[in-house]
Amino acid sequence: MLSISNLHVSVGEKPILKGLTLDVPAGEVHAIMGPNGAGKSTLGYALSGRPGYEATEGAVEWAGEDLLALDPAERAAKGVFLSFQYPIEIPGVPALTFVRTALNAQKRARGEEEVAAPAFLKLVREASKALKMDFDMLKRPLNVGFSGGEKKRMEILQMALLEPSLLILDETDSGLDIDALRIVSEGVNALRRPDRAMLVITHYQRLLDYIKPDRVHVLAGGRIVASGGPELAHQLEAEGYDKYLLEPA
Amino acid sequence: MSAAFAIDLTDAETFPSRRTEAWKYSDLKRWLRAAPEPSGTAAVGPPGPFYDLGGEAIVFANGRAVGVTDFIASGEQTLRLRYISDAVGTGHTAGARVSARAGAKLLLLETHEGAGSAYVAHNTLELDVAAGAEVTRVVLVEEPEDAISIAEAHVKVEAGGVYRQTIVTTGAKLQRIETRITHYAQGAQVQADGLYLLNGSRHTDLTSVVRHVEHDGATSQLIKGVARDTARGVFQGKIVVERGADGTDARMGHHALIASERAEIDAKPELIIYADDVQCAHGNTVGTLDESALFYMQQRGIPADEARALLTQAFLIEVIDRIEHEGAREVAREWLTARL
Repeated sequence: MLSISNLHVSVGEKPILKGLTLDVPAGEVHAIMGPNGAGKSTLGYALSGRPGYEATEGAVEWAGEDLLALDPAERAAKGVFLSFQYPIEIPGVPALTFVRTALNAQKRARGEEEVAAPAFLKLVREASKALKMDFDMLKRPLNVGFSGGEKKRMEILQMALLEPSLLILDETDSGLDIDALRIVSEGVNALRRPDRAMLVITHYQRLLDYIKPDRVHVLAGGRIVASGGPELAHQLEAEGYDKYLLEPA
Repeated sequence: MSAAFAIDLTDAETFPSRRTEAWKYSDLKRWLRAAPEPSGTAAVGPPGPFYDLGGEAIVFANGRAVGVTDFIASGEQTLRLRYISDAVGTGHTAGARVSARAGAKLLLLETHEGAGSAYVAHNTLELDVAAGAEVTRVVLVEEPEDAISIAEAHVKVEAGGVYRQTIVTTGAKLQRIETRITHYAQGAQVQADGLYLLNGSRHTDLTSVVRHVEHDGATSQLIKGVARDTARGVFQGKIVVERGADGTDARMGHHALIASERAEIDAKPELIIYADDVQCAHGNTVGTLDESALFYMQQRGIPADEARALLTQAFLIEVIDRIEHEGAREVAREWLTARL
Protein backbone atom coordinates (compact mmCIF):
# COMPACT_ATOMS: atom_id res chain seq x y z
CA MET A 1 0.00 0.00 0.00
CA LEU A 2 1.15 3.49 -0.90
CA SER A 3 0.47 5.90 1.89
CA ILE A 4 1.08 9.62 1.42
CA SER A 5 0.30 11.86 4.35
CA ASN A 6 0.35 15.63 4.51
CA LEU A 7 3.02 15.86 1.80
CA HIS A 8 4.47 19.29 1.14
CA VAL A 9 6.87 19.65 -1.79
CA SER A 10 8.70 22.74 -2.97
CA VAL A 11 10.50 23.33 -6.24
CA GLY A 12 13.11 25.94 -5.61
CA GLU A 13 11.44 28.23 -3.11
CA LYS A 14 8.00 27.65 -4.51
CA PRO A 15 5.59 25.36 -2.63
CA ILE A 16 3.72 23.14 -5.12
CA LEU A 17 2.22 20.35 -3.04
CA LYS A 18 0.59 21.70 0.11
CA GLY A 19 -0.51 18.87 2.35
CA LEU A 20 -1.38 16.04 -0.02
CA THR A 21 -2.85 12.94 1.62
CA LEU A 22 -3.62 9.80 -0.36
CA ASP A 23 -3.72 6.01 0.12
CA VAL A 24 -3.44 3.56 -2.77
CA PRO A 25 -3.84 -0.08 -1.70
CA ALA A 26 -1.93 -2.78 -3.60
CA GLY A 27 -3.99 -4.19 -6.46
CA GLU A 28 -5.81 -0.90 -7.10
CA VAL A 29 -5.55 1.67 -9.85
CA HIS A 30 -6.08 5.26 -8.76
CA ALA A 31 -6.33 8.18 -11.16
CA ILE A 32 -5.08 11.65 -10.29
CA MET A 33 -6.82 14.29 -12.34
CA GLY A 34 -6.46 17.99 -12.17
CA PRO A 35 -6.02 21.23 -14.06
CA ASN A 36 -2.69 22.35 -15.45
CA GLY A 37 -0.36 23.60 -12.76
CA ALA A 38 -2.11 21.68 -9.98
CA GLY A 39 1.07 19.76 -9.12
CA LYS A 40 0.34 16.46 -10.91
CA SER A 41 3.80 16.00 -12.40
CA THR A 42 5.38 17.26 -9.19
CA LEU A 43 3.69 14.41 -7.35
CA GLY A 44 5.25 11.88 -9.74
CA TYR A 45 8.69 13.45 -9.39
CA ALA A 46 8.44 13.74 -5.61
CA LEU A 47 7.50 10.07 -5.26
CA SER A 48 10.41 9.01 -7.47
CA GLY A 49 12.94 11.36 -5.85
CA ARG A 50 13.86 13.80 -8.58
CA PRO A 51 16.53 16.25 -7.37
CA GLY A 52 15.06 19.71 -6.88
CA TYR A 53 11.67 18.41 -5.71
CA GLU A 54 12.12 18.77 -2.01
CA ALA A 55 9.70 17.27 0.48
CA THR A 56 9.57 19.86 3.26
CA GLU A 57 6.90 18.17 5.34
CA GLY A 58 4.88 14.95 5.51
CA ALA A 59 5.61 11.29 4.84
CA VAL A 60 5.47 8.74 2.04
CA GLU A 61 5.41 5.04 2.77
CA TRP A 62 5.50 2.25 0.24
CA ALA A 63 5.41 -1.41 1.38
CA GLY A 64 6.55 -0.31 4.82
CA GLU A 65 9.52 1.71 3.48
CA ASP A 66 10.05 5.41 4.13
CA LEU A 67 10.42 6.39 0.47
CA LEU A 68 11.60 9.92 1.17
CA ALA A 69 14.73 8.56 2.85
CA LEU A 70 15.85 6.73 -0.30
CA ASP A 71 17.65 7.99 -3.41
CA PRO A 72 15.96 7.54 -6.81
CA ALA A 73 17.80 4.31 -7.71
CA GLU A 74 17.01 2.79 -4.31
CA ARG A 75 13.34 3.67 -4.77
CA ALA A 76 13.40 2.00 -8.19
CA ALA A 77 14.86 -1.15 -6.65
CA LYS A 78 11.97 -1.07 -4.15
CA GLY A 79 9.58 -1.20 -7.08
CA VAL A 80 8.83 2.47 -7.84
CA PHE A 81 8.51 3.19 -11.56
CA LEU A 82 7.66 6.58 -13.02
CA SER A 83 6.58 6.52 -16.64
CA PHE A 84 7.63 9.91 -18.00
CA GLN A 85 5.31 12.22 -19.85
CA TYR A 86 8.23 12.94 -22.16
CA PRO A 87 10.65 10.00 -22.04
CA ILE A 88 14.27 11.12 -22.22
CA GLU A 89 16.50 10.47 -25.23
CA ILE A 90 19.88 9.03 -24.34
CA PRO A 91 22.30 9.17 -27.30
CA GLY A 92 25.04 6.57 -27.31
CA VAL A 93 23.28 4.07 -25.05
CA PRO A 94 21.41 1.33 -26.94
CA ALA A 95 17.93 0.65 -25.51
CA LEU A 96 18.82 -3.00 -24.84
CA THR A 97 21.96 -2.05 -22.93
CA PHE A 98 20.02 0.50 -20.95
CA VAL A 99 17.25 -1.84 -19.86
CA ARG A 100 19.63 -4.68 -19.02
CA THR A 101 21.84 -2.34 -16.99
CA ALA A 102 18.78 -1.10 -15.10
CA LEU A 103 17.37 -4.57 -14.49
CA ASN A 104 20.66 -5.95 -13.20
CA ALA A 105 21.32 -2.88 -11.05
CA GLN A 106 17.92 -3.38 -9.40
CA LYS A 107 18.59 -7.07 -8.91
CA ARG A 108 22.00 -6.33 -7.38
CA ALA A 109 20.41 -3.82 -5.01
CA ARG A 110 17.90 -6.46 -3.90
CA GLY A 111 20.56 -9.15 -3.52
CA GLU A 112 19.14 -11.18 -6.39
CA GLU A 113 21.01 -12.94 -9.14
CA GLU A 114 21.65 -10.90 -12.31
CA VAL A 115 20.10 -11.94 -15.61
CA ALA A 116 22.56 -13.26 -18.20
CA ALA A 117 22.42 -11.92 -21.77
CA PRO A 118 20.69 -14.89 -23.47
CA ALA A 119 17.91 -15.08 -20.87
CA PHE A 120 17.50 -11.31 -21.03
CA LEU A 121 17.17 -11.29 -24.81
CA LYS A 122 14.50 -13.97 -24.59
CA LEU A 123 12.53 -11.85 -22.11
CA VAL A 124 12.84 -8.80 -24.34
CA ARG A 125 11.75 -10.65 -27.47
CA GLU A 126 8.58 -11.83 -25.76
CA ALA A 127 7.78 -8.47 -24.20
CA SER A 128 8.43 -6.48 -27.38
CA LYS A 129 6.24 -8.85 -29.40
CA ALA A 130 3.32 -8.28 -27.05
CA LEU A 131 3.72 -4.52 -27.58
CA LYS A 132 4.09 -4.89 -31.37
CA MET A 133 7.55 -3.35 -31.23
CA ASP A 134 10.25 -3.99 -33.79
CA PHE A 135 13.05 -5.78 -31.94
CA ASP A 136 15.73 -4.09 -34.08
CA MET A 137 14.57 -0.72 -32.78
CA LEU A 138 15.90 -1.75 -29.37
CA LYS A 139 19.42 -1.85 -30.74
CA ARG A 140 19.21 1.88 -31.38
CA PRO A 141 20.12 4.50 -28.77
CA LEU A 142 17.32 4.78 -26.22
CA ASN A 143 14.42 6.89 -27.51
CA VAL A 144 16.63 8.74 -30.00
CA GLY A 145 14.55 9.39 -33.10
CA PHE A 146 11.63 7.37 -31.69
CA SER A 147 8.15 8.70 -32.39
CA GLY A 148 5.91 9.72 -29.48
CA GLY A 149 4.12 6.38 -29.63
CA GLU A 150 7.39 4.41 -29.79
CA LYS A 151 8.71 6.24 -26.75
CA LYS A 152 5.60 5.36 -24.74
CA ARG A 153 5.80 1.74 -25.84
CA MET A 154 9.41 1.75 -24.75
CA GLU A 155 8.23 2.89 -21.30
CA ILE A 156 5.69 0.06 -21.14
CA LEU A 157 8.34 -2.42 -22.29
CA GLN A 158 10.58 -1.29 -19.44
CA MET A 159 7.70 -1.73 -16.99
CA ALA A 160 7.10 -5.26 -18.27
CA LEU A 161 10.77 -6.15 -17.85
CA LEU A 162 11.56 -4.35 -14.60
CA GLU A 163 8.33 -5.55 -12.95
CA PRO A 164 7.80 -2.63 -10.60
CA SER A 165 5.22 -2.87 -7.83
CA LEU A 166 4.28 0.83 -7.76
CA LEU A 167 3.59 2.32 -11.19
CA ILE A 168 3.19 6.03 -11.65
CA LEU A 169 2.02 6.97 -15.14
CA ASP A 170 2.51 10.66 -15.84
CA GLU A 171 0.25 11.84 -18.70
CA THR A 172 0.87 8.59 -20.55
CA ASP A 173 -1.71 9.52 -23.18
CA SER A 174 -0.02 12.73 -24.29
CA GLY A 175 1.30 12.55 -27.82
CA LEU A 176 -0.50 9.31 -28.63
CA ASP A 177 -2.92 8.72 -31.47
CA ILE A 178 -5.86 6.44 -30.84
CA ASP A 179 -4.14 3.23 -32.04
CA ALA A 180 -1.02 3.85 -29.99
CA LEU A 181 -3.21 4.73 -27.01
CA ARG A 182 -4.96 1.37 -27.29
CA ILE A 183 -1.71 -0.60 -27.51
CA VAL A 184 -0.15 1.29 -24.61
CA SER A 185 -3.27 0.88 -22.47
CA GLU A 186 -3.44 -2.82 -23.19
CA GLY A 187 0.20 -3.02 -22.11
CA VAL A 188 -0.61 -1.26 -18.86
CA ASN A 189 -3.72 -3.35 -18.22
CA ALA A 190 -1.69 -6.53 -18.72
CA LEU A 191 0.43 -5.38 -15.79
CA ARG A 192 -2.48 -5.16 -13.35
CA ARG A 193 -1.84 -7.54 -10.49
CA PRO A 194 -3.11 -7.95 -6.92
CA ASP A 195 0.33 -7.01 -5.50
CA ARG A 196 0.77 -3.94 -7.71
CA ALA A 197 -0.50 -0.41 -7.21
CA MET A 198 -0.90 2.11 -10.01
CA LEU A 199 -1.22 5.85 -9.97
CA VAL A 200 -2.44 7.21 -13.29
CA ILE A 201 -1.87 10.95 -13.64
CA THR A 202 -3.90 12.53 -16.39
CA HIS A 203 -5.50 15.77 -17.43
CA TYR A 204 -8.12 14.15 -19.65
CA GLN A 205 -10.69 11.48 -18.96
CA ARG A 206 -9.92 9.80 -22.31
CA LEU A 207 -7.13 7.58 -20.95
CA LEU A 208 -9.46 6.28 -18.23
CA ASP A 209 -11.74 4.76 -20.87
CA TYR A 210 -8.86 2.40 -21.54
CA ILE A 211 -7.29 2.05 -18.11
CA LYS A 212 -10.23 1.74 -15.71
CA PRO A 213 -9.46 3.23 -12.32
CA ASP A 214 -10.81 1.97 -9.01
CA ARG A 215 -10.73 5.47 -7.56
CA VAL A 216 -10.42 8.98 -9.00
CA HIS A 217 -8.91 11.91 -7.09
CA VAL A 218 -8.91 15.56 -8.03
CA LEU A 219 -5.64 17.39 -7.39
CA ALA A 220 -5.96 21.17 -7.26
CA GLY A 221 -3.86 23.78 -5.52
CA GLY A 222 -1.42 21.15 -4.28
CA ARG A 223 -3.97 19.02 -2.41
CA ILE A 224 -6.53 16.30 -3.08
CA VAL A 225 -9.78 18.24 -3.09
CA ALA A 226 -12.22 15.49 -4.10
CA SER A 227 -12.23 11.70 -4.39
CA GLY A 228 -14.74 9.29 -5.84
CA GLY A 229 -15.35 6.32 -8.09
CA PRO A 230 -14.84 6.20 -11.90
CA GLU A 231 -17.96 8.34 -12.35
CA LEU A 232 -16.03 11.33 -10.99
CA ALA A 233 -13.85 11.32 -14.10
CA HIS A 234 -16.90 11.59 -16.34
CA GLN A 235 -18.27 14.36 -14.22
CA LEU A 236 -14.99 16.27 -14.58
CA GLU A 237 -15.03 15.72 -18.31
CA ALA A 238 -18.52 17.23 -18.49
CA GLU A 239 -18.09 20.08 -16.01
CA GLY A 240 -14.39 20.89 -16.18
CA TYR A 241 -12.19 21.85 -13.25
CA ASP A 242 -13.65 25.30 -12.71
CA LYS A 243 -15.41 24.63 -9.46
CA TYR A 244 -12.17 23.35 -7.90
CA LEU A 245 -10.22 26.34 -9.13
CA LEU A 246 -12.61 28.73 -7.42
CA GLU A 247 -11.80 27.29 -4.04
CA PRO A 248 -8.89 29.04 -2.35
CA ALA A 249 -5.84 26.76 -2.50
CA MET B 1 63.78 15.89 -43.84
CA SER B 2 63.95 15.29 -40.13
CA ALA B 3 61.98 17.92 -38.29
CA ALA B 4 63.50 19.56 -35.26
CA PHE B 5 61.95 19.15 -31.85
CA ALA B 6 62.56 22.36 -29.97
CA ILE B 7 62.41 21.03 -26.45
CA ASP B 8 65.58 19.54 -24.98
CA LEU B 9 65.18 18.10 -21.50
CA THR B 10 68.86 18.69 -20.73
CA ASP B 11 68.48 22.42 -21.35
CA ALA B 12 65.97 24.38 -19.24
CA GLU B 13 66.34 27.33 -21.63
CA THR B 14 64.30 25.38 -24.17
CA PHE B 15 61.29 24.88 -21.86
CA PRO B 16 58.41 27.03 -23.06
CA SER B 17 56.35 29.08 -20.62
CA ARG B 18 52.89 30.60 -20.97
CA ARG B 19 54.51 33.65 -22.51
CA THR B 20 54.76 31.57 -25.68
CA GLU B 21 51.26 31.70 -27.18
CA ALA B 22 51.25 28.03 -28.18
CA TRP B 23 52.01 27.06 -24.57
CA LYS B 24 49.66 29.54 -22.93
CA TYR B 25 47.58 26.85 -21.23
CA SER B 26 50.44 24.45 -20.51
CA ASP B 27 53.15 26.37 -18.73
CA LEU B 28 56.00 23.86 -18.76
CA LYS B 29 58.44 26.29 -17.21
CA ARG B 30 56.20 26.75 -14.19
CA TRP B 31 56.30 23.04 -13.33
CA LEU B 32 59.82 22.38 -14.54
CA ARG B 33 62.27 25.09 -13.63
CA ALA B 34 65.48 23.12 -14.12
CA ALA B 35 66.58 20.25 -16.29
CA PRO B 36 65.76 16.97 -14.51
CA GLU B 37 68.45 14.47 -13.60
CA PRO B 38 68.64 11.75 -16.24
CA SER B 39 66.62 8.63 -15.53
CA GLY B 40 68.29 5.30 -14.87
CA THR B 41 67.42 2.07 -16.61
CA ALA B 42 63.97 0.55 -16.37
CA ALA B 43 62.60 -2.93 -16.90
CA VAL B 44 60.16 -3.42 -19.77
CA GLY B 45 57.58 -5.25 -17.64
CA PRO B 46 54.21 -6.48 -18.91
CA PRO B 47 53.62 -6.60 -22.66
CA GLY B 48 51.31 -3.58 -23.02
CA PRO B 49 47.64 -3.25 -24.04
CA PHE B 50 48.13 -3.96 -27.75
CA TYR B 51 50.20 -7.15 -27.33
CA ASP B 52 47.43 -9.41 -28.60
CA LEU B 53 47.36 -7.62 -31.93
CA GLY B 54 50.89 -8.88 -32.61
CA GLY B 55 53.26 -7.28 -35.11
CA GLU B 56 56.70 -5.75 -34.76
CA ALA B 57 57.73 -3.56 -31.84
CA ILE B 58 59.80 -0.52 -31.03
CA VAL B 59 60.28 -0.24 -27.28
CA PHE B 60 61.83 2.52 -25.21
CA ALA B 61 62.35 2.14 -21.47
CA ASN B 62 63.18 5.45 -19.80
CA GLY B 63 64.31 6.75 -23.16
CA ARG B 64 66.64 3.84 -23.89
CA ALA B 65 65.80 1.86 -27.00
CA VAL B 66 65.35 -1.85 -26.43
CA GLY B 67 66.30 -2.79 -29.99
CA VAL B 68 65.62 -0.60 -33.01
CA THR B 69 64.31 2.98 -33.06
CA ASP B 70 63.44 3.13 -36.75
CA PHE B 71 60.92 1.20 -38.78
CA ILE B 72 60.02 1.16 -42.46
CA ALA B 73 56.72 -0.47 -43.35
CA SER B 74 55.99 -2.10 -46.65
CA GLY B 75 52.99 -4.23 -47.45
CA GLU B 76 50.54 -4.67 -44.61
CA GLN B 77 52.16 -4.44 -41.19
CA THR B 78 51.49 -3.79 -37.53
CA LEU B 79 53.96 -1.93 -35.35
CA ARG B 80 53.66 -1.50 -31.61
CA LEU B 81 55.49 1.60 -30.46
CA ARG B 82 55.93 1.59 -26.70
CA TYR B 83 57.27 4.48 -24.64
CA ILE B 84 57.75 3.06 -21.16
CA SER B 85 58.56 5.27 -18.19
CA ASP B 86 59.40 3.92 -14.77
CA ALA B 87 61.26 6.57 -12.84
CA VAL B 88 61.02 8.77 -9.78
CA GLY B 89 61.81 12.45 -10.20
CA THR B 90 64.11 12.05 -13.19
CA GLY B 91 63.76 12.76 -16.90
CA HIS B 92 64.30 10.98 -20.21
CA THR B 93 63.84 11.47 -23.94
CA ALA B 94 62.94 8.92 -26.58
CA GLY B 95 62.73 9.37 -30.33
CA ALA B 96 61.33 7.02 -32.96
CA ARG B 97 61.24 7.24 -36.74
CA VAL B 98 58.64 5.40 -38.72
CA SER B 99 57.77 5.49 -42.38
CA ALA B 100 55.25 3.73 -44.56
CA ARG B 101 56.38 3.08 -48.12
CA ALA B 102 54.19 3.76 -51.13
CA GLY B 103 51.21 1.44 -51.03
CA ALA B 104 51.99 0.15 -47.53
CA LYS B 105 49.28 -0.28 -44.95
CA LEU B 106 50.54 0.25 -41.42
CA LEU B 107 48.71 -0.14 -38.14
CA LEU B 108 50.75 1.86 -35.62
CA LEU B 109 49.79 1.04 -32.04
CA GLU B 110 51.44 3.48 -29.70
CA THR B 111 51.40 3.36 -25.93
CA HIS B 112 52.83 5.65 -23.31
CA GLU B 113 53.04 3.42 -20.26
CA GLY B 114 54.07 5.26 -17.12
CA ALA B 115 54.97 3.96 -13.67
CA GLY B 116 56.82 5.53 -10.77
CA SER B 117 56.23 9.18 -9.96
CA ALA B 118 57.13 12.74 -10.79
CA TYR B 119 59.17 11.80 -13.83
CA VAL B 120 59.57 13.94 -16.91
CA ALA B 121 59.19 12.22 -20.26
CA HIS B 122 59.77 13.66 -23.70
CA ASN B 123 58.72 11.26 -26.43
CA THR B 124 58.98 12.09 -30.10
CA LEU B 125 57.94 10.46 -33.32
CA GLU B 126 58.72 11.29 -36.92
CA LEU B 127 56.30 9.62 -39.24
CA ASP B 128 56.29 9.67 -43.02
CA VAL B 129 53.30 8.43 -44.94
CA ALA B 130 54.32 7.93 -48.57
CA ALA B 131 52.13 8.46 -51.60
CA GLY B 132 49.32 5.95 -51.58
CA ALA B 133 50.27 4.58 -48.15
CA GLU B 134 47.76 4.21 -45.35
CA VAL B 135 48.64 4.60 -41.68
CA THR B 136 46.28 4.17 -38.75
CA ARG B 137 47.82 5.34 -35.49
CA VAL B 138 46.10 4.64 -32.18
CA VAL B 139 47.72 6.10 -29.07
CA LEU B 140 46.87 5.11 -25.49
CA VAL B 141 48.45 7.26 -22.80
CA GLU B 142 48.47 6.35 -19.12
CA GLU B 143 50.77 8.12 -16.71
CA PRO B 144 51.04 8.82 -12.99
CA GLU B 145 49.15 11.89 -11.78
CA ASP B 146 52.36 13.68 -10.83
CA ALA B 147 54.28 13.00 -14.05
CA ILE B 148 55.17 15.61 -16.63
CA SER B 149 55.20 14.51 -20.22
CA ILE B 150 55.53 15.98 -23.65
CA ALA B 151 54.80 13.86 -26.68
CA GLU B 152 55.46 15.33 -30.07
CA ALA B 153 54.74 13.77 -33.42
CA HIS B 154 55.70 15.24 -36.76
CA VAL B 155 53.78 13.59 -39.54
CA LYS B 156 54.20 14.06 -43.27
CA VAL B 157 51.43 12.80 -45.51
CA GLU B 158 52.41 12.63 -49.18
CA ALA B 159 49.98 13.05 -52.04
CA GLY B 160 47.23 10.48 -52.01
CA GLY B 161 48.19 9.05 -48.61
CA VAL B 162 45.79 8.27 -45.80
CA TYR B 163 46.64 9.06 -42.20
CA ARG B 164 44.31 8.51 -39.27
CA GLN B 165 45.18 9.01 -35.65
CA THR B 166 43.25 8.62 -32.42
CA ILE B 167 44.77 9.68 -29.12
CA VAL B 168 43.20 8.41 -25.90
CA THR B 169 44.60 9.83 -22.68
CA THR B 170 43.89 10.16 -18.99
CA GLY B 171 46.33 13.03 -18.51
CA ALA B 172 49.13 13.67 -16.02
CA LYS B 173 50.29 16.57 -13.86
CA LEU B 174 51.21 18.41 -17.02
CA GLN B 175 50.81 16.60 -20.29
CA ARG B 176 51.14 17.88 -23.80
CA ILE B 177 50.44 15.69 -26.78
CA GLU B 178 51.26 17.59 -29.90
CA THR B 179 50.84 16.52 -33.51
CA ARG B 180 52.06 18.48 -36.49
CA ILE B 181 50.87 17.19 -39.80
CA THR B 182 52.09 18.41 -43.18
CA HIS B 183 49.43 17.48 -45.64
CA TYR B 184 50.50 17.19 -49.28
CA ALA B 185 46.90 16.55 -50.14
CA GLN B 186 46.07 15.82 -53.80
CA GLY B 187 43.54 13.33 -52.60
CA ALA B 188 45.29 12.59 -49.30
CA GLN B 189 43.08 12.23 -46.26
CA VAL B 190 43.84 12.98 -42.66
CA GLN B 191 41.84 12.14 -39.57
CA ALA B 192 43.22 13.61 -36.34
CA ASP B 193 40.97 12.46 -33.50
CA GLY B 194 41.42 12.25 -29.77
CA LEU B 195 39.74 11.97 -26.41
CA TYR B 196 40.65 12.79 -22.86
CA LEU B 197 39.17 11.62 -19.58
CA LEU B 198 40.64 13.52 -16.66
CA ASN B 199 40.23 12.98 -12.92
CA GLY B 200 41.74 14.69 -9.89
CA SER B 201 44.02 17.58 -10.77
CA ARG B 202 45.23 16.11 -14.03
CA HIS B 203 46.02 18.21 -17.07
CA THR B 204 46.24 17.31 -20.70
CA ASP B 205 46.79 19.44 -23.72
CA LEU B 206 45.94 18.04 -27.13
CA THR B 207 47.49 20.36 -29.64
CA SER B 208 47.51 19.78 -33.35
CA VAL B 209 48.52 21.71 -36.41
CA VAL B 210 47.49 20.42 -39.80
CA ARG B 211 49.02 22.29 -42.72
CA HIS B 212 47.47 21.77 -46.13
CA VAL B 213 50.19 22.65 -48.63
CA GLU B 214 48.66 21.21 -51.80
CA HIS B 215 45.20 21.21 -53.33
CA ASP B 216 42.33 18.79 -52.80
CA GLY B 217 43.10 17.35 -49.40
CA ALA B 218 40.67 16.43 -46.65
CA THR B 219 41.06 16.70 -42.89
CA SER B 220 38.57 15.60 -40.32
CA GLN B 221 39.09 16.06 -36.61
CA LEU B 222 36.89 15.00 -33.72
CA ILE B 223 38.13 15.59 -30.18
CA LYS B 224 36.01 14.83 -27.15
CA GLY B 225 36.88 15.20 -23.51
CA VAL B 226 35.65 15.03 -19.94
CA ALA B 227 37.18 16.96 -17.05
CA ARG B 228 36.20 16.01 -13.50
CA ASP B 229 37.27 17.31 -10.08
CA THR B 230 39.84 20.07 -10.63
CA ALA B 231 41.19 18.68 -13.87
CA ARG B 232 41.99 20.80 -16.89
CA GLY B 233 41.61 19.84 -20.50
CA VAL B 234 43.17 21.87 -23.28
CA PHE B 235 42.47 21.58 -26.97
CA GLN B 236 44.35 23.66 -29.48
CA GLY B 237 43.56 22.71 -33.02
CA LYS B 238 44.91 24.64 -35.94
CA ILE B 239 44.26 23.95 -39.58
CA VAL B 240 46.25 26.02 -42.04
CA VAL B 241 45.26 26.06 -45.69
CA GLU B 242 48.21 27.44 -47.64
CA ARG B 243 47.96 29.50 -50.79
CA GLY B 244 47.21 27.15 -53.67
CA ALA B 245 45.63 24.48 -51.48
CA ASP B 246 42.33 24.91 -53.27
CA GLY B 247 39.65 22.30 -52.91
CA THR B 248 40.60 21.63 -49.29
CA ASP B 249 37.87 20.12 -47.15
CA ALA B 250 38.61 20.56 -43.44
CA ARG B 251 36.30 19.85 -40.52
CA MET B 252 37.19 20.24 -36.89
CA GLY B 253 35.08 19.51 -33.83
CA HIS B 254 35.89 19.68 -30.13
CA HIS B 255 33.22 18.77 -27.60
CA ALA B 256 33.83 18.57 -23.88
CA LEU B 257 31.95 17.91 -20.69
CA ILE B 258 32.76 19.61 -17.42
CA ALA B 259 31.77 17.24 -14.65
CA SER B 260 32.64 19.49 -11.73
CA GLU B 261 32.43 23.18 -10.94
CA ARG B 262 36.16 23.37 -10.43
CA ALA B 263 37.21 21.63 -13.62
CA GLU B 264 38.36 23.65 -16.60
CA ILE B 265 38.35 23.31 -20.36
CA ASP B 266 40.33 25.62 -22.61
CA ALA B 267 39.70 25.33 -26.31
CA LYS B 268 41.34 27.21 -29.11
CA PRO B 269 40.20 26.15 -32.56
CA GLU B 270 41.87 28.00 -35.42
CA LEU B 271 41.31 27.91 -39.14
CA ILE B 272 43.80 29.91 -41.16
CA ILE B 273 42.93 30.04 -44.82
CA TYR B 274 45.04 31.52 -47.60
CA ALA B 275 43.44 29.61 -50.46
CA ASP B 276 40.18 30.15 -52.32
CA ASP B 277 37.51 27.59 -52.94
CA VAL B 278 37.86 25.66 -49.71
CA GLN B 279 35.33 24.13 -47.37
CA CYS B 280 36.21 24.57 -43.73
CA ALA B 281 34.09 24.21 -40.64
CA HIS B 282 34.66 24.04 -36.94
CA GLY B 283 32.44 23.43 -33.95
CA ASN B 284 33.27 23.69 -30.30
CA THR B 285 30.98 22.97 -27.35
CA VAL B 286 31.48 22.67 -23.63
CA GLY B 287 28.64 21.41 -21.48
CA THR B 288 27.69 19.31 -18.51
CA LEU B 289 26.13 15.88 -18.16
CA ASP B 290 22.41 15.99 -18.93
CA GLU B 291 20.68 16.14 -15.53
CA SER B 292 17.37 14.87 -16.85
CA ALA B 293 19.05 11.86 -18.48
CA LEU B 294 20.83 11.23 -15.19
CA PHE B 295 17.56 11.27 -13.26
CA TYR B 296 15.84 9.10 -15.85
CA MET B 297 18.54 6.45 -15.51
CA GLN B 298 18.43 6.56 -11.71
CA GLN B 299 14.65 6.29 -11.79
CA ARG B 300 15.09 2.99 -13.61
CA GLY B 301 17.41 1.73 -10.88
CA ILE B 302 20.86 2.64 -12.15
CA PRO B 303 22.86 4.14 -9.25
CA ALA B 304 24.11 7.71 -9.80
CA ASP B 305 27.80 6.81 -10.24
CA GLU B 306 27.01 4.07 -12.71
CA ALA B 307 24.62 6.38 -14.59
CA ARG B 308 27.32 9.07 -14.84
CA ALA B 309 29.86 6.53 -16.11
CA LEU B 310 27.41 5.22 -18.70
CA LEU B 311 26.59 8.73 -19.95
CA THR B 312 30.28 9.65 -20.00
CA GLN B 313 31.12 6.57 -21.99
CA ALA B 314 28.24 7.22 -24.38
CA PHE B 315 29.57 10.74 -24.91
CA LEU B 316 33.19 9.71 -25.53
CA ILE B 317 32.63 6.50 -27.47
CA GLU B 318 31.95 8.33 -30.73
CA VAL B 319 35.69 8.95 -31.02
CA ILE B 320 36.50 5.26 -30.44
CA ASP B 321 33.83 4.24 -32.96
CA ARG B 322 35.71 6.18 -35.62
CA ILE B 323 38.80 3.96 -35.28
CA GLU B 324 38.94 2.14 -38.59
CA HIS B 325 40.72 -1.04 -37.42
CA GLU B 326 38.38 -3.34 -35.54
CA GLY B 327 40.97 -5.01 -33.30
CA ALA B 328 42.50 -1.68 -32.25
CA ARG B 329 39.05 -0.21 -31.77
CA GLU B 330 38.04 -2.97 -29.36
CA VAL B 331 41.27 -2.65 -27.34
CA ALA B 332 40.72 1.12 -27.10
CA ARG B 333 37.09 0.62 -26.11
CA GLU B 334 38.00 -1.78 -23.30
CA TRP B 335 40.87 0.43 -22.20
CA LEU B 336 38.54 3.41 -21.91
CA THR B 337 35.70 1.48 -20.28
CA ALA B 338 38.07 0.23 -17.58
CA ARG B 339 38.98 3.85 -16.76
CA LEU B 340 35.51 5.36 -16.50
